[in-house]
Amino acid sequence: MEQRLPATPQIDASALDLEQALQLLQQAGALLPDEAPHSVAWLQAVLNALCDLSSRDALTGLVNRRSFEMALAREVDRVARAGEAALLLMLDIDHFKAVNDTHGHGAGDQVIRCVSQAIEQTVRPMDLVARVGGEEFAIILPNCATHVGLAVAERVRESVSELDIEIGPGQLLNVTISLGGAFAPQWVRSSPLLWMERADRQLYRAKAEGRNRACLEPQIDSLVSAEEKGMLFASLNLETQQDSP
Amino acid sequence: MSTTPDPAAPATSPPRPVRTGARTLAVTSGKGGVGKTFVTANLAAALAARGQKVLVLDADLGLANLDVVLNLHPKLTLHDVFTEKATLEQAILPAPGGFSVLLAGSGMVEYSRLTPEVRDKLLHIIDLVKPRFDWVLLDTGAGISDVVLYAISLAQDVLVVATPEPTSLTDAYATIKVLATQQERRHVGLVVNQANRVGEGKLICGQLQQVLQRFVGPAPGQGFRLELFGEIRSDQAVRQAVLKRQLMLEHYPGCEAAQAIKALASKLLG
Repeated sequence: MEQRLPATPQIDASALDLEQALQLLQQAGALLPDEAPHSVAWLQAVLNALCDLSSRDALTGLVNRRSFEMALAREVDRVARAGEAALLLMLDIDHFKAVNDTHGHGAGDQVIRCVSQAIEQTVRPMDLVARVGGEEFAIILPNCATHVGLAVAERVRESVSELDIEIGPGQLLNVTISLGGAFAPQWVRSSPLLWMERADRQLYRAKAEGRNRACLEPQIDSLVSAEEKGMLFASLNLETQQDSP
Repeated sequence: MSTTPDPAAPATSPPRPVRTGARTLAVTSGKGGVGKTFVTANLAAALAARGQKVLVLDADLGLANLDVVLNLHPKLTLHDVFTEKATLEQAILPAPGGFSVLLAGSGMVEYSRLTPEVRDKLLHIIDLVKPRFDWVLLDTGAGISDVVLYAISLAQDVLVVATPEPTSLTDAYATIKVLATQQERRHVGLVVNQANRVGEGKLICGQLQQVLQRFVGPAPGQGFRLELFGEIRSDQAVRQAVLKRQLMLEHYPGCEAAQAIKALASKLLG
């Protein structure tokens, strides 16, 4: 970009106290920038690494709640403008407290790590998986057609239920998850909060219906049977064909 | 209030408002993005041009679009009336096109769940505005959520807006089916927006009616009637008006779509 304003005073990076920031990055296992120390590029890389660190959950490496909420707001905005279907899944590990109580918190952490990996490997790279609470996760699935929503949720549920989680030498544990989902209202301005509430309501329903299942907010076209659809479009299609040259 | 519907069953036992003052007309759609608010706003202007006093009430609580379509930036909204920060008089605003609007405002997100409180407030507001207007148009949300169905239940007549697109038609069919079965409506109006050619509206209406007759299964003598109220063909003027957030009827009064909206108003006026 063309610089029209007079150059602002340069910051002398070497005069900044970055020790704590660098320690934090080192401790988190983040790679320290290759650039020449205290150059602008180096400082930028440090800031980027700090941003990345503050947007992730330390245990799982997933996106944390703060950055999930930002992503959700962006998605609401995008859906309102583009009218593309987007699904939000809220899920949590069934009877997780019992895992902690019975096997200890180390085992609990291991379960959370394995579940989060399984979820991430099941969804598309474009989908955003976040850890939003202790044993609670959320997935934002942009451009997800309404008719495949339940299949996606089921796939995530299955991938977790098939896990053999090693919580100690030779000690395997199986866990299940419950999922609730809702599609963003298309073409209208909604709010991230409302979208989360709708998905959460379905999660409660999944729990109430016995856990280890996925419940999605019913779609309007689920009221229309295949037979009705067939009849609805049969002669309309015919008409279109006759019209075309 | 004697007209308060049974909170347990808003959809199955709609209040049947006694005809005092305005005719109430809900404009709804199965799917979002079919031009429901566009139709509502322009229809209001067409009715106003015929000497009618018209109020458009943004009943799409929480997800309202009317202010965007009309490029209005209201200071006071339905939300302020609900929270008693403003009187009804203060919140009813003049809109371009010679009609009045009561906008929902973004604070209404908290009202997008149908609690008994929201139900009573909405009903109360409609009762208050009815004596002052000839028409109250309810711009409802899309779909069949409880808020949408409740808002529709408050109106004497319903117009369903649909485009010829398959998903829009499927969702319009579902909406009409719900209105026919749960609200026991015997007559619903259809507006086919963004029609591709002359006569497409009639074709679509006939097809929907056929499927409804087969699957909603009316008892003899109680036939359900879907009536085509309008066919609006998409033209350049519509696109321009939407893009510039202008009222089509005001800025492009001669275009084909404007004529279709005027015809729709004439049909409603009988």
